[in-house]
Amino acid sequence: MTQLSQSNSETFAAASLAAKSGTEVRLEGVTKDFGLAKPAVDDITLRIEPGEFMTLLGPSGSGKTTTLNLIAGFEVLTKGQVLLNGQDVGALPPHKRNLGMLFQNYALFPHMSVYDNVAYPLRERKTAKDEIQRRVGEVLELVQLVGRDKHLPKQLSGGQQQRVALARAIVFNPKVLLLDEPLGALDRNLRGALQLEIRRIHREVGSTFVFVTHDQDEAMNLSDRIALFNEGEIEQVGAPEELYARPETLFTAKFLGDSNVFHLGKVSPIDNAVAWEDERWAVDANTVSPKVASDRGSALVVRPEGVSVSKNRSEVPPDANAVKATILDIEYLGSYRTLVLALGDARLNGRARIDAQSSDFSLGEEVVAWWRPYRQRLVAE
Amino acid sequence: MAATLGETRTAQAAPPKKLKIKPVDAIPLWLRTLAAIVGVYFILPTFIVIPMGFGGATTTFKFPPEEFSVKLFENFFTNPAWIGSLGKSALVGVLAALVASTFGTAAAVGLHFLPGRLPTLVRTLLMIPLVTPSIILAVSIYVSFLQWHLTGSLPGYVVAHAAIGLPYVLVSVTAALSSFDSTLLRASASLGASPWRSFVTVTAPLISKGIGTGALFAFVTSFDEVVIALYLRSPMFQTLPVQMYNSVTVEIDSTIAASSSLMVIIVSLILFIPQFARAKKTS
Ligand SMILES: Nc1ncnc2c1ncn2[C@@H]1O[C@H](COP(=O)(O)OP(=O)(O)O)[C@@H](O)[C@H]1O
Ligand SMILES: [Mg+2]
Repeated sequence: MTQLSQSNSETFAAASLAAKSGTEVRLEGVTKDFGLAKPAVDDITLRIEPGEFMTLLGPSGSGKTTTLNLIAGFEVLTKGQVLLNGQDVGALPPHKRNLGMLFQNYALFPHMSVYDNVAYPLRERKTAKDEIQRRVGEVLELVQLVGRDKHLPKQLSGGQQQRVALARAIVFNPKVLLLDEPLGALDRNLRGALQLEIRRIHREVGSTFVFVTHDQDEAMNLSDRIALFNEGEIEQVGAPEELYARPETLFTAKFLGDSNVFHLGKVSPIDNAVAWEDERWAVDANTVSPKVASDRGSALVVRPEGVSVSKNRSEVPPDANAVKATILDIEYLGSYRTLVLALGDARLNGRARIDAQSSDFSLGEEVVAWWRPYRQRLVAE
Repeated sequence: MAATLGETRTAQAAPPKKLKIKPVDAIPLWLRTLAAIVGVYFILPTFIVIPMGFGGATTTFKFPPEEFSVKLFENFFTNPAWIGSLGKSALVGVLAALVASTFGTAAAVGLHFLPGRLPTLVRTLLMIPLVTPSIILAVSIYVSFLQWHLTGSLPGYVVAHAAIGLPYVLVSVTAALSSFDSTLLRASASLGASPWRSFVTVTAPLISKGIGTGALFAFVTSFDEVVIALYLRSPMFQTLPVQMYNSVTVEIDSTIAASSSLMVIIVSLILFIPQFARAKKTS
């Protein structure tokens, strides 16, 4: 109760700072059930900081779009609350929530010129004509589309169309900008350029961005924080580096970047060693995910850049964890190369990234892969 | 284009062997002939009707006309019974088209955005006037309108004709909506437009062709509708088709020849409107 009134007073403080400081978005136990086997969004709680760039990342069908639609008001909550600056907006229709939105297919009005598209939200708000002219000019400059205002959307390229949509979505200083895979329809080069642009615009307008993507690289490039979705639930929330370096579950470790994965079955989180095949590996308490529990399967994961390869055991430092391996393939990538490995008797697929200068290996060679315990992570399956 | 491509490729592949390339996209002669016959079959009545309007003021119809005169048109435009009924038909047609396109568009849009199977069912129900024999419609409308005192009045005609025109609007607007991207409505809502404002600024402009086409068809349907009009007529209120009917049953008045020409011309012009609009846009 006290908390509620406190956040209410925060609302007014934040509102006076308008767009520059952005709006806090809070999801409290948000659930959407379409009557399928499992709710599409299953009891999600997430706090997005004012002005933050938050990415909802996850495989297709994991509930990202549904979550965005619940924030926007296009879907009705089954349970839970959506709060903008502490105010419950559950009963507000979409057009009263004052949120900008970007869609994968741009959703520009095909019968209106670029100018009329961008002016649309201002006209709906009965803004004065000269004010409209000024603001539209400003945002078209911001998205680098000056001089195109008389064009129809179909006369522009995909990248330009998405810039128009972006201009239209920010011209009215929305509290929050929701972006649903806005770069999904663009080719790779253009996507990179627009990522930079979105980042820059986020810095300049300062509103809260909620960005949906299934592309891990895009999420890593853009986000202040990532919420990783899996089957309607949030698997883990954190800064990109944190999710990469300290995954709590195997799902997170596998979704972000490459990993060498050793399935261990049930282990106790307080053991200081684990066994895999004939190997015994030391476990550093700092590298055990809080989700590891003795009643749940665990896995040990190591990133390829943490793995070294030696010709035989005598070259392995005594404090390292090691496993025998066979070299299946060598990929040359400029300054480094990647060894594709078959690990242990199970011949698990693995990878090690090594210096291009290090000693030569040949295909089919029997070697030892090893890593320092601090480079590994014990995660829940 | 395809033939040229084929030729180059053969030339490159092997030493020139004499290859006869038949154009594959050509329309066979029999199909052209058939199309021509069907076309003539549809257009011929027009070529008979229009010249007859310029025949003399005899009491019997003859084709080809024995003389050329504008007497019949003069009759038409000076006789209050004829020119008055044209005015009433036009008025009924315009109002019926307005009512039909308003309700037809509302129905089409509403049904388009409803989930489930209900829309298909309702659409089929709304199409029933198209396949019901006019005489059945006419009798049922007459019986109901008698109770409500709607026979022989402008509102009666408008309501009845709007009902038979509505299916055309429903069909053409539904077709226009099938290529309408509903994400646009999410966009407009996110930009602050209420559902009504979204309809006015986004949906309506994008389906306006469908609404227009439907409205034209509704007008034309009303304009040459005779069976219902016969039942609803009163001495004070007669549409052009009723007047034409009277002119050959009650009295023998060959002005009908002129009015038929006019009718054909008016209806054709109206149906050409969308064509002209499209041609203008592409040029
Ligand atoms: N309107 C809907 N009706 C029924 N099921 C839906 C609807 N929208 C989404 N779903 C289901 O909800 C799940 C999550 O979908 P979505 O949020 O679109 O996932 P994502 O955006 O992560 O790919 C999917 O299984 C999808 O089939
Ligand atoms: Mg999606």
